[in-house]
Amino acid sequence: MENASVYPVPQEEAAVAESILAVIVDNEPGVLSRVIGLISARGYNIESLTVAEVDAEKHRSRITVVTRGTPQKIEQIKAQLGRLVPVRRVIDISEESDALTRELALVKIVSTGDKRVEAMRLAEIFRARPLDTTHTSFIFEVTGARDKINAFLDLLKPLGLTEVSRTGVLSIRRGSEAE
Amino acid sequence: MMTLLDKTEALAPAQSAPVAELEPTQKAGAELLLDALEEQGVEVIFGYPGGAVLPIYEALHQREPIRHVMVRHEQGAVHAAEGYARSSGKVGVVLVTSGPGATNAVTGLTDALLDSIPLVCITGQVARGLIGTDAFQECDTIGITRACTKHNYLVGDARGLPAIVHEAFHVARNGRPGPVLIDLPKDVQFEKAEYVTRRVARQRNCIVTPPVQPKEIERAVELMRQARRPVFYTGGGVINAGVEASAALRALARETGFPVTSTLMGLGAFPASDPQWLGMLGMHGSFEANNAMHGCDLMIAVGARFDDRVTGRLDAFSPGSRKIQIDIDPSSVNKIVKVDMPIIGDAGAILEALLVQWRKRESDAAAPPSRLSEWTAQIQTWRGKNSFAFENSDEVIKPQFAIERLYQMTRGRDVYITTEVGQHQMWAAQHFHFDDPNRWMTSGGLGTMGYGLPAALGVQIAHPDALVIDIAGDASVQMMMQEMSTAIQHDLPVKIFILNNEYLGMVRQWQELLHDGRYSHTYSESLPDFVKLAEAYGGAGLRAEKPGELDDAINEMMAIDKPVLFDCRVSGEENVFPMIPSGAAHNQMLFGGAFTGDEVSQEGRVQV
Ligand SMILES: Cc1ncc(C[n+]2csc(CCOP(=O)(O)OP(=O)(O)O)c2C)c(N)n1
Ligand SMILES: [Mg+2]
Repeated sequence: MENASVYPVPQEEAAVAESILAVIVDNEPGVLSRVIGLISARGYNIESLTVAEVDAEKHRSRITVVTRGTPQKIEQIKAQLGRLVPVRRVIDISEESDALTRELALVKIVSTGDKRVEAMRLAEIFRARPLDTTHTSFIFEVTGARDKINAFLDLLKPLGLTEVSRTGVLSIRRGSEAE
Repeated sequence: MMTLLDKTEALAPAQSAPVAELEPTQKAGAELLLDALEEQGVEVIFGYPGGAVLPIYEALHQREPIRHVMVRHEQGAVHAAEGYARSSGKVGVVLVTSGPGATNAVTGLTDALLDSIPLVCITGQVARGLIGTDAFQECDTIGITRACTKHNYLVGDARGLPAIVHEAFHVARNGRPGPVLIDLPKDVQFEKAEYVTRRVARQRNCIVTPPVQPKEIERAVELMRQARRPVFYTGGGVINAGVEASAALRALARETGFPVTSTLMGLGAFPASDPQWLGMLGMHGSFEANNAMHGCDLMIAVGARFDDRVTGRLDAFSPGSRKIQIDIDPSSVNKIVKVDMPIIGDAGAILEALLVQWRKRESDAAAPPSRLSEWTAQIQTWRGKNSFAFENSDEVIKPQFAIERLYQMTRGRDVYITTEVGQHQMWAAQHFHFDDPNRWMTSGGLGTMGYGLPAALGVQIAHPDALVIDIAGDASVQMMMQEMSTAIQHDLPVKIFILNNEYLGMVRQWQELLHDGRYSHTYSESLPDFVKLAEAYGGAGLRAEKPGELDDAINEMMAIDKPVLFDCRVSGEENVFPMIPSGAAHNQMLFGGAFTGDEVSQEGRVQV
């Protein structure tokens, strides 16, 4: 149907892509909300977020954010993050071909019989470590790249997967150079 | 790993003071605050008291050097500080109480953020132990103002206060300037600690302005020498970069012969009386400026951020040009328009370096002096359109004519202009001409009605002997009208020149353009009698209703040494022309006459 309003229907936006940003910040009150507020104020969802102090002496924390957006918006977000007073450095992990990224997940399986055996077998393949066992359940700890964890969870779904807790993505560069 | 920015190194190692030099003296937080403000060179604070800032007001009471200007509304305090800052190049300082004091300041802070005005705003906060308890006049000032300040601080203890104040000034002033807020709990105001000087205070490297890169300058000058249709597109950043930047722009433009246009915010950086001046560009800019932007082969943007008021339809914006963008803020580059060559840094330093390099290369024959002659001739024909022309009248005062007369009659005076927001603002930009920077204070980014009157007060404080005029609209001026009382109290003889068209004129114009002239709620009903209102405040009121009365009335206004409300009755349904309707390209301008209703494309209609 023709648009009868004096205002047009909005056009589709450019393609969105995933982006992983590592943000080195001064660990001070409010710094996390500044960083995530800046991203969410532009209407982008944060897919994962990790944050912890990494240098107690200098009070530096490392925030790793996984978000999605058009390339231009991501560039904007990076530049704007750089403008925040407590932000020391912004590193675009997704632009790095050989950056290491890891995530940790805790996974609870509730099942018996064949399903339980199959879950055990998969856990071995994915090098997941059992942390807790009862006659009807397991809790596994698994680490790896996001894709690997996603694949593991997909396979476990029909086998009694009941609960998942994930850390979100961590990242670091290879080689001898420091950040 | 690609690093986008690195602020990991310390700006300056904290210098430890010689131990013997300092007699440790403990002072209350309120005193520490004022000590720090004094050390930062603060001469005036615009403020409004309340429970959560009582200790600061107590301390102020005892102090000579810092002047406090009590306003009538906290929004007025922020705009006044903006006017002070914009006209003097100094940081404006605001002091308000917690809760409603802070929330009232929000509009002003947002205005300063969008127009890059350096401010430090101190808000009172409830005592530390009460934060988060819904205490009386408590609000989450840090949360509320996070999005409308460049940075904000919640002060944790008196010991850390001086360093925070010093850093706040550093952040407000440097890089792309902006408002910084310090939220100061009441108990910290009387907690005792030692003062820390600016020199000794820990400084972190939070704003980095990269030095001029010779390679970039060489490349830019190469592009400039090849250009046959160049234009300088300058913005508020040139004003922010100080008078040196304006001087450098003038020198560079003169030697290169390149024409210059400017955004609304940049007026005065380049003299309007110069033959290379094209006038303002953008939605209500001149025919020659917009056509030069559209047809140029090299655009040099300086401290300008490709605002939608300027670019019009993006996919048709200056299609055939290479673009150099000089800006201090990396996030302003490639934000809206992809440029060929960003140069990050201080506008003044970069323009000076460009001039030096230009002179070095002047001697080679590659670029003959005649290379711009076709372009100059083309611009001359565009100028012939005389796009700011209007049809005058003997019967009614045309608003454009009123500004023209105001401009002519105030020649020879030291004039500063502020404006409100609306048609009058655009007519002021078109018909009042500025030869110097810092003379034109207007709300460009946020478009805040109510800005002009309090801003004028701040300007008058910075320039006590100058003629300060707020070119106002009948609707806008009522938004901060209470500041007339501040003007009277502090002997600030500002002139409020109201182009009274009895309409929310700019909105009415858009209703005429977009909504078939259905003027829904844009008639200025029940206007006050501005003359009587002025008198009620203790100021002077004047009125002009016929073109013939204007000159005498303006003279009278200038002769009065008090605040004046000038009710200039102008024709009601005049529109601002030329106009690039939203969603149109720079070369699709409308001139005068009636709207037909199909000027605005579908895409244009969603734009403001
Ligand atoms: C605080 C605020 N509210 C609403 C607007 C929207 N607005 C823009 S111009 C305008 C009309 C201004 O009328 P007036 O001050 O009389 O100026 P005129 O356009 O008539 O010259 C309005 C309502 C605004 N810019 N600011
Ligand atoms: Mg009006």
